[in-house]
Amino acid sequence: MSADPKGILCVADALCPATAELLGAGRALADSRGEPLALLLADGAEAEAAAALGADRLLLLEGPSLAGAPEDAWEAALKPVLEAESPRAVLLPGTVFGRSLAPRLAVALRAGLVSDALTLRFDPEGRLLAERSICSGNAVAEILVGRWPALATLRPMAFPRAVPGQKKAEILRRSAPAAVSKARVLSFVPEAAAEIELGGADKVVSGGRGLGGPEGFAPLRELAALLGAAVGASRTAVDAGWIPYRHQVGLTGRSIRPRLYVACGISGQIQHLAGMRSSEVIVGINQDPDCPMMKLATFSVQGDLVKLVPALSAEIRRLRGA
Amino acid sequence: MPLNLLVCVKGTVSSTSGALRPEGQPLSPSPLDEYAVEEALRLKERVPGSKTAALSLGTPASEEPLRSVLSLGVESAVLLCDEAFAGGDPVSSAYLLSLAVRKLSAAAPVQLVLCGKKTNDGESGQVGPALAAWLGWPSACAVRKVVEVSETSLTVERALEGGVETLALSFPAVLTLTKEINEPRLPSLKGKMAARKAQIPRWGASDLGADAALYGKSAATSVVKTAPVPPRAGGVSIPGNTPEEKARALAEKLKEMKLL
Repeated sequence: MSADPKGILCVADALCPATAELLGAGRALADSRGEPLALLLADGAEAEAAAALGADRLLLLEGPSLAGAPEDAWEAALKPVLEAESPRAVLLPGTVFGRSLAPRLAVALRAGLVSDALTLRFDPEGRLLAERSICSGNAVAEILVGRWPALATLRPMAFPRAVPGQKKAEILRRSAPAAVSKARVLSFVPEAAAEIELGGADKVVSGGRGLGGPEGFAPLRELAALLGAAVGASRTAVDAGWIPYRHQVGLTGRSIRPRLYVACGISGQIQHLAGMRSSEVIVGINQDPDCPMMKLATFSVQGDLVKLVPALSAEIRRLRGA
Repeated sequence: MPLNLLVCVKGTVSSTSGALRPEGQPLSPSPLDEYAVEEALRLKERVPGSKTAALSLGTPASEEPLRSVLSLGVESAVLLCDEAFAGGDPVSSAYLLSLAVRKLSAAAPVQLVLCGKKTNDGESGQVGPALAAWLGWPSACAVRKVVEVSETSLTVERALEGGVETLALSFPAVLTLTKEINEPRLPSLKGKMAARKAQIPRWGASDLGADAALYGKSAATSVVKTAPVPPRAGGVSIPGNTPEEKARALAEKLKEMKLL
């Protein structure tokens, strides 16, 4: 692609916390080189709110609706737009959407891609350098993208979220060619609205083997509701059928980095730690003070979680005067 | 019409045994790839007469993980192996795999490629969708269920962040799978014996007709450095004689940190 790339382009399928993180990361990158920041959205409905998130330009992709479209349709629609824009870097969210689309775009544009970036910066030549977690969270690799555009998906919760401001992005419309997809979305069933999504959660209360059974999650859900936290689980709890897979944290589940992770009855197998060890504050609640989770925890509480978790909920209620 | 099913398998070092120093350690199929193998075997059972094959890209040591896949009942395997492949990235790996899929398809068209959602070493999750893009095929990532399979298409279910999506893909197609999809079987003794004796052809750059600008050291990204994550500083043990005392002490700490 062009030898004269310019600007940072964020690509999003919806206006959500992950999109605000794209713009947070994108703003820092754009400012580091004094280049413009753009947000590309498919859906015109959220244009006003999206325009307030700090981008210089908001590109609205017009044409056949891409909302909920399969990734090959997105690839075909975005390729000509990105070729025309010729950005230095393209940022996508670390959601199923972003992870599915970014590799397809990388192939279509003969571009380089870094997945799940934890940090982003440009080297003096304007090439993208990104850090990412590898080997089950045991190591961090720094990746250089040697060509433009440099594509990156962002690890959820790794970048500050842009907040709505006074500045409004210039809204521009781009027409997308009619994309022929060989896939078709038949249905989408939203999760229960009350459930906080694990990947973008600020706080997570998680349970493992020590819960003893599916009923063990009831006090955790109560604590989670008080904290405004999502509910997580270890592989043991999921494999035992105590809680659905979408709650699993770890190597074969989700990798998350909330501000607070409360691990109840989770000993801390390396596969579990892989998914949560970069959480800001870790609380371990366990009978065994010597298990890996308790060694890792910012705050370790030894004891019977059946008593400790409700006691913590009661204490939080007391502190709030309820 | 029977299907030709292909599983991509990466040989990696177990996450629990020093993945940071992989040199010389035995390789096994990356954990989520085992679910892809199992799903291929199940699809073969659902569509009688179908065939399964496995494909891996790696050093000669990747022959062992391919043999373990064969021991489960996959009929054949090919290893893409060439010193010139070293130094690549996930997109360039997908390029080489796509050439192998084309080569295999020339003999018998492949309808479906199955991959794990991500490997336990690189964890990029790029190879499946990039492979689909190189081939110009549709893809679905993070699939948790194959709802229906016909001669020309399949219907799959996957969990997105906000809900569950069902989509139909026309063959040929690529899927990446989560561990929700099945429970992998164990090999039989007979399977192990057969796998020992199996011939695993090795294809290099010239067998694939690979464009040197698109793989190995020509890959668009390169690893500048890797460093172990420093261990977290040891934490604080919360004191107290009763659960209530401990809860109070913990809540105080969390409140100080503005986490309540």
